[in-house]
Amino acid sequence: MEVHGWGRYPVTSAEILAPTDAASLNKLLSAKQHNSAIPRGAGRSYGDSSLSSRLLSSRFFDNFSELNTESMTVRCGSGISLNDILKICIPQGLFLPVLPGTKFVSVGGAIAADVHGKNHHLDGSFCDHLESFRIMLASGELLHCSRSENQDLFHGTCGGMGLTGMVVDATLKLINIKSTSISQQSLVAKNLQESFELLNNSDASKYSVAWLDCLSSGDSLGRSIIYLGEHGKERGKEQEEKLERDQHEILKHRAGRSLSIPFSTPSLLLNKYTMKAFNNTYYTFKVKEKAELNVNYDRYFFPLDGVKNWNRLYGGKGFLQYQFVLPTESAQPGIEKVLEKITSAGKGSFLSVLKKFGEANSNLLSFPKEGFTLTLDFKREKSLFPLLDELDEIVCEHAGRLYLAKDARMSAETFKSGYSKWEEFVELKNKYDPKNVFSSLQSDRIGLTD
Amino acid sequence: MKILIIGAASAIAKATARIYAEQGNDLFLLGRNEEALNGIADDLKVRGASSIGLACLDLTKSAQHESSIQQAIDEMDGLDIALICHGSLPNQEKAEVDFKLAKKEIDTNGLSVISLLTVLSEKLSQRKCGTIAVITSVAGDRGRQPNFVYGAAKSLVSTYLQGLRGKLRADQVHVIDIRPGLVDSPMTAHMEKGALWSSPERIASKIVQSIAKKKHTVYAPGYWRAIMFVVRLIPEVVFKRLKF
Repeated sequence: MEVHGWGRYPVTSAEILAPTDAASLNKLLSAKQHNSAIPRGAGRSYGDSSLSSRLLSSRFFDNFSELNTESMTVRCGSGISLNDILKICIPQGLFLPVLPGTKFVSVGGAIAADVHGKNHHLDGSFCDHLESFRIMLASGELLHCSRSENQDLFHGTCGGMGLTGMVVDATLKLINIKSTSISQQSLVAKNLQESFELLNNSDASKYSVAWLDCLSSGDSLGRSIIYLGEHGKERGKEQEEKLERDQHEILKHRAGRSLSIPFSTPSLLLNKYTMKAFNNTYYTFKVKEKAELNVNYDRYFFPLDGVKNWNRLYGGKGFLQYQFVLPTESAQPGIEKVLEKITSAGKGSFLSVLKKFGEANSNLLSFPKEGFTLTLDFKREKSLFPLLDELDEIVCEHAGRLYLAKDARMSAETFKSGYSKWEEFVELKNKYDPKNVFSSLQSDRIGLTD
Repeated sequence: MKILIIGAASAIAKATARIYAEQGNDLFLLGRNEEALNGIADDLKVRGASSIGLACLDLTKSAQHESSIQQAIDEMDGLDIALICHGSLPNQEKAEVDFKLAKKEIDTNGLSVISLLTVLSEKLSQRKCGTIAVITSVAGDRGRQPNFVYGAAKSLVSTYLQGLRGKLRADQVHVIDIRPGLVDSPMTAHMEKGALWSSPERIASKIVQSIAKKKHTVYAPGYWRAIMFVVRLIPEVVFKRLKF
């Protein structure tokens, strides 16, 4: 069957296997096949991280085992989506400590990419709130991993892109919330300098992120709108009712009433003029918007989830998302160079997001590290690839790295220059999967397997 | 509501039970695989079921049907909806040449359901209310070359339900025949999927809606009604030459 990631590029043909439980996964792994395999959750990584000749779908690992309101933890299968978790948590006044830009990722995928959210500067990434998980190795052995048990495998699997084995279920920590609304404050930055200053001054805010106009140039290069957020405080009878209403709203959502893009739109619609117009309009519109607003968490965290299959907007050829992080010292000059390069190449991105990261954790391949991260979307076209190679050079020169969950094309050199612990990861792989049963198109390309 | 789900580990059953659990109903699960049922019961509890019971049995052993259903009624203290979901997809080519296998498949997909219906209609008639919903298949609408053993078993059930519906009308017991089309589930994992395939979740929401609206024969998704209408119209002279 033809499969692809969220960016719809690359496309490959693969056999999709969907084990129903640990025993059937074991059977699949012990079948004498020399083809490699990679776990696949919701298929929300953008490039080729979850592509291989055999895909091990986690879709039937979708049971909850326990929601413990005392210890504030949830134990569930790796195929459960973050949306499923929010649905059962919110009525109990509980919430996930880290949320990426979409609620449709699976728990297994969130672990594999060690996803981050708008609160990374304070709370770290997804796996920093992961208590433990069970993983099936290539040998068929089922191991329990946590910070005190099989630690090496724990830190290799968190952010390990599914290359160490297949996570079967996991226990996640939750946080308390008093309201499902987020009080949002928006600030306007007229250029890149101001964007950095405002983000640097917003360390105390629980959530912070900047939407950046990547097509403005000259004095307004890097202008942005910065969105700060805090969980709503009030909770009384009214709040309880609101929780219930929100819950109802979410259930309705699930019934599929949201807007959907049924097929790929002609990619001609996306060119530098329409994008410039969009960016301009968005900026001008948002500058005038009320600076303080109470918004539903869904709208704050997952603005794009409202449009199903928005990835089709980039046309039949798909798109590439380019996300990198640069350390604090070199971030501003580096990002300036990247933006200049893009503008001069006449390319642009609908959505460009700038975010400040806190300290890195000790996982071997996790993406976030202290500094700033910029995310850009590009329609896939021939002329894009040389540009991205040039951007890679800038990123490497500034001691940065690219996010594996978004990547579809970086070279082994770029990867190795950014991820200093890659050799440790290969050692770990030799220990737990010496035959490289678990490998993806990506891991072959960047020199982790093969 | 008090809902009994038979064949609870099937993909459609699981998805349907989740919707009922989210609404806070009482559920009782019947099925063969104890480990799977326990996992599903935990899941439904977390998703909001107000109570969960379960019993394990081999559904082809009709001798145990009466006691298991009684256990469900006792534990839930009543019964509003009984949903029969179990089934198996036979290997048609083998079943054509091996009567033992064909019989086994017809037992599983056909006769075991008739046995359950016999018990359920008695229990619900006494209570003068309730709904019996059975998952059959579009395969029962017309015997087709690639799956007529399965189709025959399903049409046996559909025909039985038509008669039963009339009989139970006087006792205010409602009977629904749900005919899913191609469903992407573990049962069909080995098959190549195309545009006509739907997810168990989609079928499940249709089931819940149809039960609430007291429908009679339901195609899930609805477009299968049109497809099967056309399939039934094809003259036999032509149809016997078709291999789909």
